[in-house]
Amino acid sequence: MAETAAHKDPNYMAIFWWLAALTVIEIAVIFPGFPKLVVGTLLVALAVSKATLVALYFMHLRFETRTLGWVALTPLAIGTLLILVLLPDNRAVDHKTADSVKVEAPAKH
Amino acid sequence: MAEAALTHAAVEPAESPLTPESWGKLGMWIFLAGDAVGFGTLLGAYGAVRASSADWPNPYDRLGIALTALMTFLLICSSVTMVKALEAIKRGDRPAVKRFLLMTIAGGLLFLGMQAYEWTHLITSGLKVFGNPWGASLFGTTFFLITGFHGLHVTGGVIYLSVVLAAVSRIHDARYNYMIAEIAGLYWHFVDLVWIMVFTFVYLL
Repeated sequence: MAETAAHKDPNYMAIFWWLAALTVIEIAVIFPGFPKLVVGTLLVALAVSKATLVALYFMHLRFETRTLGWVALTPLAIGTLLILVLLPDNRAVDHKTADSVKVEAPAKH
Repeated sequence: MAEAALTHAAVEPAESPLTPESWGKLGMWIFLAGDAVGFGTLLGAYGAVRASSADWPNPYDRLGIALTALMTFLLICSSVTMVKALEAIKRGDRPAVKRFLLMTIAGGLLFLGMQAYEWTHLITSGLKVFGNPWGASLFGTTFFLITGFHGLHVTGGVIYLSVVLAAVSRIHDARYNYMIAEIAGLYWHFVDLVWIMVFTFVYLL
């Protein structure tokens, strides 16, 4: 345990309050009627901030070797690549499609 | 030959591992990286399907944001109890270790209960895996697939933490207990991290 105890434990409660506050802000930004692009950008930025806090402090990535950090970042790079690959497909669709078959909602009793 | 191997090891030490305290930790990180690609693919596909649909419902009009915000808060709380269990192992406070691990497991079970309630409510409202009364049918498919996949991870995490709790209760080696709890904690925090993304992309955006 000597190696694991080598770093000082972060203030976990402070991280908890930050995460709770960011969650409240996330919910708050969807209701005032901001433009969709603004809401989307804010929500993604808030989610990334929360995920970074969890990874750095709860998962102790901040105290690990840099190489392990690269291992952890690999999925992010692959995910970004995936989005870039899918973008041309979405642009190729002339107009968005709508479902022709819908399921009826059950009648209320 | 054994002597030669020992001499060799002394002359040329093994390569320094990325996680010096345990190979298991590196193994868990590699597993989580792979799992993250799985979730990333699901969320990427969700984005692509949604972007090409003209009648995708507004998720926060149809899905219960208040309940899922509470579920998010619950997972964050369970992440805190998990790190508190690790702190307790360092202090040698065994009753606190068990208490915090139990609280983490309870958090996971509560989360699953809330998800079951949410699913039941949505299914009785007409949302199906292959159908959706409010627009694009893939809304239901992607919703159940992504939240279900995450729910399976939470279920796995609850079972995993229960095994760790049993081991920690039985074994009195603080170093070993710290190692297995830290590795299980990595998995649990990952489940929390993924939910943060699912909450944003599936429920709020």
